Amino acid sequence: MSDRATFPSAHRPSPAMSVLLKGSPVLAVILALLLGALIIAAVGVSPLAAYQSMIKGAFGSPRALTQAGLRAVPLLLISLGLTLAFRSRIWNIGAEGQLYMGAWVATLFALSFPNLPPALMLPGLLLAGFAGGALWGLVPALLRAYLGANEIVTSLLLNYVAIFWVSYQVRLPMKDPTSFLPQSAVLPAPASLPVLPGTRLHIGVILALLLVPLIAFILWKTPLGYRLRVVGSNPDAARFAGIDVPRHIIIVMVISGGLAGAAGMIEVAGVHHRLIQDISPGYGFTAIVVALLGQLNPFGALLASYFFASLVIGADSMQRVVGLPVALTEVIQALVVLFVLASEAFRRHRSRVVG
Amino acid sequence: MRGITKRFPGVLANDHVDFVLEAGEIHALLGENGAGKTTLMNILYGLYQPDEGEIYVNGRPAAIRSPHDAIQLGIGMVHQHFQLVPTFTVAENIVLGLPSRREPFLESRRQVHQQIAEVSRAYGLAVDPSCLVWQLSVGEQQRVEILKALYRGATVLILDEPTAVLTPQECERLFEILLALVQGGKSVIFISHKLDEVMAISHRVTVLRDGRVVGTARTQDITKQELARMMVGREMRPIEKPPASPAGPVIALQDIWAHDDRGLPALRSVSLEVRAGEILGIAGVDGNGQAELEEVLTGLRRPHRGRYLLAGQDVTHASARELFEAGLAHIPADRNRFGMVADMTLAENSILGLEGKPPFTRFGMLRYREMEQHCSHLIREYDIRAPGPAAFAGTLSGGNAQKLILAREISRRPKALVAAQPTRGLDIGATEYVRRKLLEQRERGCGVLLISTELEEILALSDRIAVIYEGQIVGMVDPACVDIEQLGLMMAGAIKEACELPPRPPADRPTAPGSAGHER
Amino acid sequence: MSWDNLLQAGFIISLITSGIRLAVPVLLAVLGEIITERAGVQNLGLEGIMAFGAFAGFATAFATGSGILGLLAGILAGMLMGLLMGYFAVTLKVNQVIAGISLVLLGQGAANFFYRQIFGVSQRPPRIAGLPEIPIPLLADIPYLGDILFRHNVVVYLTVLLVILVWIALFETTWGLKVRAVGEHPSAADTSGVNVAGIRYACTILGAAFAGLGGAVLSVAQMKLFTENMVAGRGWIAIALVIFSRWHPGLALAGAVLFGLADALQFRFQALGFEAVPYEFLLMLPYILTIIVLLAGGRRGAAPAALGTPYEKE
Repeated sequence: MSDRATFPSAHRPSPAMSVLLKGSPVLAVILALLLGALIIAAVGVSPLAAYQSMIKGAFGSPRALTQAGLRAVPLLLISLGLTLAFRSRIWNIGAEGQLYMGAWVATLFALSFPNLPPALMLPGLLLAGFAGGALWGLVPALLRAYLGANEIVTSLLLNYVAIFWVSYQVRLPMKDPTSFLPQSAVLPAPASLPVLPGTRLHIGVILALLLVPLIAFILWKTPLGYRLRVVGSNPDAARFAGIDVPRHIIIVMVISGGLAGAAGMIEVAGVHHRLIQDISPGYGFTAIVVALLGQLNPFGALLASYFFASLVIGADSMQRVVGLPVALTEVIQALVVLFVLASEAFRRHRSRVVG
Repeated sequence: MRGITKRFPGVLANDHVDFVLEAGEIHALLGENGAGKTTLMNILYGLYQPDEGEIYVNGRPAAIRSPHDAIQLGIGMVHQHFQLVPTFTVAENIVLGLPSRREPFLESRRQVHQQIAEVSRAYGLAVDPSCLVWQLSVGEQQRVEILKALYRGATVLILDEPTAVLTPQECERLFEILLALVQGGKSVIFISHKLDEVMAISHRVTVLRDGRVVGTARTQDITKQELARMMVGREMRPIEKPPASPAGPVIALQDIWAHDDRGLPALRSVSLEVRAGEILGIAGVDGNGQAELEEVLTGLRRPHRGRYLLAGQDVTHASARELFEAGLAHIPADRNRFGMVADMTLAENSILGLEGKPPFTRFGMLRYREMEQHCSHLIREYDIRAPGPAAFAGTLSGGNAQKLILAREISRRPKALVAAQPTRGLDIGATEYVRRKLLEQRERGCGVLLISTELEEILALSDRIAVIYEGQIVGMVDPACVDIEQLGLMMAGAIKEACELPPRPPADRPTAPGSAGHER
Repeated sequence: MSWDNLLQAGFIISLITSGIRLAVPVLLAVLGEIITERAGVQNLGLEGIMAFGAFAGFATAFATGSGILGLLAGILAGMLMGLLMGYFAVTLKVNQVIAGISLVLLGQGAANFFYRQIFGVSQRPPRIAGLPEIPIPLLADIPYLGDILFRHNVVVYLTVLLVILVWIALFETTWGLKVRAVGEHPSAADTSGVNVAGIRYACTILGAAFAGLGGAVLSVAQMKLFTENMVAGRGWIAIALVIFSRWHPGLALAGAVLFGLADALQFRFQALGFEAVPYEFLLMLPYILTIIVLLAGGRRGAAPAALGTPYEKE
């Protein structure tokens, strides 16, 4: 962490074509919440009551904090991968599908080797989840690197394929024979992520927290990160400097997909303990917003992922107390990003005029 | 135009400029790069709004808030970078934005072609209206631009550096067209930084320097030297070039064939050599394969036939990175796009290409202190005006950015240097600096390949000149004895022999067996 | 249920008819995005705009009992989101990819929020009447072809008309020339006196209107109800089809019909209990097909040169 002081500060108004760098995230959140309040009022509910219930639901009890923490883990893992990808200007919108594939491969691994001791099982699960997500992310990477296919569309469409694939798996081949529901058998005991003593948090939290400085290190302290940033900032200059752009596209998608896959594994092994159809409530998409709100900075992603997890938990409570649908959080998330974009644009404009 | 003042962040582009265009004259606007000529004309054409000052057209005050207004007043402009839609036909480009009589539908093609033909004939601007613009030569595209302005009823025509992309013969044609226009009652403003042209074609000339008018004169009453002094503020220093003593070849291309992005042949059987300690200039009109040649030499484009040897090593299939490692340096033609990363700091830019190597990386980690030291060193050595290594590369001016790129490439002590359009867009000071550095490399024993569209530069710096036309080397000439006209004809593909170099004595021939023609 | 049943005339006719009907929402979105992208703006928010349009259409149709008003509401909803996208892309000149993705979230979130708020959750979701089928006299009686082509509801006919209109507008009018110029070389258009910002705004709003209409068609004319995720990726398929169609309305029609056929096939297999293939694979089919089609069709050179690049006057 002491390396942070020597990182070059990459904060300055940048041309619109570059990846999002500095808007004003805090201001954006406040504005979005204000606008949200207007919407709440418009449908006849008291914004004060709504937000109160939200805050209470998100921060009011240790249970709520734990819940938020659990939800934040996959968000953080995925958004760290997306931070790398977006910084390389590779728009990986397929994190949701990569999560599903990682979850599936991890389940396959656990069910195939039920008698492994935890010392082997846990790393094996991690590898399996990572591999599942990484391979799924490899497809759009190859298509983009060698055929120039738009990775936004390909990774996006593959989401649906992955979700249907898992749906099929838990309905037929992997179905738990003892249950009516489409879900896999319960994972064997060694495949359950151990819980941190005194809390209900699983060790996935440690993994995610460790990855934050690791990703930051990769981005700013390694030649690989340097090259990724050049590719994202100016792909022509990257080629000119001899950087193998297709190779880097593949590297970044493998890491990004792998992290999403690992998140999938964590959901299976740490939360649900089996593979189900709705293993992810849209983490892959929310993580996109988290990465953007975090200014494509791993530490920002840490803060943003906890914030969004709290938002969702709070919204659940809000729905129970004042009856507002949780879909409001999606609206607020979208508004946050839009305000960040707008604030960056205004900052750019002001600097241009002042000189 | 009276008292025109225009400020941009950090720079005063026009400082209380007065400019008068009389009817039926060709008025040259002279000044070096960055003097404010284009800005002034962009104001006249409505692309910019002046911060102070007024414009009068035919005696009446005019408010020109957009090109639309300018066109209404009969002002047309031909820009330095053509404003034509490449995928449209000539006719479509000309009628773009104009109301049609068959609204909302476009005019009938026949009608439009007929009208275009009329205007073409009147001023000698022959062009096929149904041709797609990307298929036209540069000279033809320029004619389309002129037609476009005339079609909209322009009586005043502004041309911004029109000869930058033309062969000497095409320049002649352009001058004929301009004279025809003036005889037909139009008035022309001609922006240039080339003294010879200004002397040749204009009736009056206004000199701008650093945003201010230095003076206006009738061309026949003033000398080239006086103009030069007004333009630059001092006498231009001639280039001193010590005699060459070249050694063995560092770059050798043997029968290279390559395609362009569209899959069409761009380089055809190109064979050339650059020896250590000499500058080989590639002369040619932009678009005859120079870009592809630059890319093949630097590993950004694979030739599908032929061999490329760098210091004796076969690098035909090498990547850009491998060529870099083998000692090739590259100053790109488009420095903003290829040479620098605007969003990163100068320190980070200064090690582009070297990021994986010690001393900048040790134990897999980047070392910022070494990067900053290296960058500071470069800034000092190469006199780069910048706040410091932590400044963002995008804030540098054109000249300083080029110096940084030069510094970065040259400080690696390369064996070979490919410099493409190295002084494009630079002011006098930076231009002299870059040329001096190229000569220094030559002294040092580096083999320099210079690609430039500025003929004077090629003639002044090169020890030998290769002329490229439609992807082929049509001749090798000795700058000491060739003249501009012959060079121009070769560049236009008209003749294949001008002042040929004497054959080299046998001792200098490449000794590698099986070279030149055995590999197919 | 066997392969024999599949090859019967009745099955094929109903398949193609269905395919055409199902193609409409996607086709509308593709048409709209072609207009938007031809002007140089990349609006990735189609998925959210369609969702919002679907909600607006359904809610209006439910409240007023009129399917047509529902469709109009969809158009309006789309225009609103188009205005927002235009503001961010043209005036603020932000990164269009990010803005588009935000719009997806916004549109989906707003649609789901307002639907839940107004209609609540129930076992049997509210339904609406939909639109009547309008057979075209004489033509509808042609054997086989008549059933396939001329017995549709008004939206289908309208959409085909729109394909032709957009085609003509883009390639045969002065406005179309301006749009294409703005997308290829905005500064050339600017110096020719074209209002670049104005054209981009108009095309973005118009394109989003099409998408909103597409969403409304989905809820009002096809499914006759509203559920979360009912758009199911059609907005993204539309974006892929824009690339496949080389930004041309003609190929867009072909691509959309292809998607519609895949969708129709998948429905039928599920309904007929076709056990040979698990239905999830059939659900995957449209998406995989779209990827293949994207690879086959898209060579990058065909895109408007200035696509996705905000225009700054230097």
